[in-house]
Amino acid sequence: MNLRRRYLRDRIMVVFVYLGTLIVLLPLGFILLHVFTQGIGALNWDFFTKPPAPPGEGGGGMLPAIVGTFVIDLMALAMGGLLGLGGGILMAEYPDHPLNRPLRLVANVLGGIPAILMGLFAFVLVVVPMGGFSAFSGSVALAILMIPIIMRATEEVLRILPWELREAGLALGLPRWRVTLSLILPAARGGIVTGLLLALARAAGEAAPLLFTAFGNPFLSFDPLGPMDSLPLKIYVYAISPYEDWIRQAWGAALLLALLLMATNYLARRAMRRG
Amino acid sequence: MRSKIYGKPGDRVFTALLVVLGLTVMLVAALMAWELGFGGREAFRAFGFWGFLRGTAWDAVAEQFGAWPFLVGTLITSAVALALAFLPALAAAIAVAEYAPRWLGELVAYLIDLLAALPSVVYGLWGIFVLVPLVRDHVEQPLFLWSAEHAPALMGVLGPPTGIGMLSAVLVLALMIVPYASSLARDAIRLVPRSQREAMYALGATRWEVVRRVVLPYARGGIFAGVILALARAIGETMAVTMLIGNSGQLPYSVFGPAATMASVIANEFAEAEGGLQLSSLLAVGFLLMLLSLAVNLVADFILRRMSVGEGRK
Repeated sequence: MNLRRRYLRDRIMVVFVYLGTLIVLLPLGFILLHVFTQGIGALNWDFFTKPPAPPGEGGGGMLPAIVGTFVIDLMALAMGGLLGLGGGILMAEYPDHPLNRPLRLVANVLGGIPAILMGLFAFVLVVVPMGGFSAFSGSVALAILMIPIIMRATEEVLRILPWELREAGLALGLPRWRVTLSLILPAARGGIVTGLLLALARAAGEAAPLLFTAFGNPFLSFDPLGPMDSLPLKIYVYAISPYEDWIRQAWGAALLLALLLMATNYLARRAMRRG
Repeated sequence: MRSKIYGKPGDRVFTALLVVLGLTVMLVAALMAWELGFGGREAFRAFGFWGFLRGTAWDAVAEQFGAWPFLVGTLITSAVALALAFLPALAAAIAVAEYAPRWLGELVAYLIDLLAALPSVVYGLWGIFVLVPLVRDHVEQPLFLWSAEHAPALMGVLGPPTGIGMLSAVLVLALMIVPYASSLARDAIRLVPRSQREAMYALGATRWEVVRRVVLPYARGGIFAGVILALARAIGETMAVTMLIGNSGQLPYSVFGPAATMASVIANEFAEAEGGLQLSSLLAVGFLLMLLSLAVNLVADFILRRMSVGEGRK
């Protein structure tokens, strides 16, 4: 192959590589554009402060879904955070513990299981015994989704910290648990917060695990044992509905949800840089 | 030594607490597999495991259930989506890690991560109101009319050009899995040692030749692992597919026509399932879906591990 043809091929491949990138980014641009232009019109005072209007009537808002999103996700973060942090600390701080190998395997396995199956599981485990759909069961499903993410993030951050830090603590006569709680965790704070926030962002966008757990509820509710609404759930229900106004509000909810998730992701990145 | 370090009462309590938390995580995972399998026992008993797997009927009235249409739907949609997504994802990874100047690379990488951060329902919403009309009016109907005129035999393969169906679902799915394939490929490409590239340049290679002969072969483990993880995402993807695929469990599927996947049939029917056998059958489909994604993830894990051993990482 002569030189000119090799140079030509080199140039052509540059075009192809950037073209491929453009093929990926163009739809993203379209999605963001549509979500923004269609959604911005739906975001008014009523949208944030009113419960939904009856089907087909028009008007109403997303208050129950907005509140529900926060309630369900924060409950999930409390449960998933506790278990994920515990598992992550165990794997990083007690490297020779016999539980670590199976625990790592379980974290990998859980991380690869589709989110909808978390919903099925929470349905069988919580909804059926408790006799009805509930926000709590939705939180359980989302917590399971969060656990592997938090576990992996925690383990990774703790691993980066030098062993000298632990040795310094032990040399001062601190017991191991104080070393972990007072030295290691504060030192790894930024990374741990990042893991928690990323897990939160991942779970907050999921509708599938909530379909038959939190189920949805048109009325404002703070009762964790009753059905509750959530933004992703509402987007799904409204998007497949025949009502013009609901569809308009679905775009609004999509914009709001996207903004919330982007903000969470941004905070996660910032926490990592600080920590 | 060991007993002294771990032996203090506070340490014992703390370790016990961590062990309890860790055991709970493991218990949850084990319980999950058990509950899905156990929940599906009625269906497996009524039709037999293989009978259920290979059964093509899904009829709540006649109480006949089989997972085959959904398994086929899942495999076709994920495989096609992956085929569509692979080259653009790889191109984006090469652009970010090799070709683009730093600022542009970072921007593109950020945007691709954003693609992964958008929720599935937002893709579904966009799919229904933007992609479906586009695909229907500018791809499906022209093709359908053309085939009606020139190749009537093709019409059955193409199916009804309504926009809602396999084609739209596959397109959105492809878009959604790009970031997973792309980010792993990007990481793998960044791990290729500089000396490898420089040696190739010193031989007089062009930039593309360096990418083609050195970077891609060196990074192939990570690239493959990314592809398989993307496949796993596609298999489990629920909401966007449910909103776009039309949810019909009737074999044979056509290119434009409605279809269903394992995840979409669960999302679509579970809340309204009547009767124990339908519920049990849906749980059984969930069990099969779990087995499928487990298998795919284990393969990805295996490939990643082999790559990292070969290159002496970790």
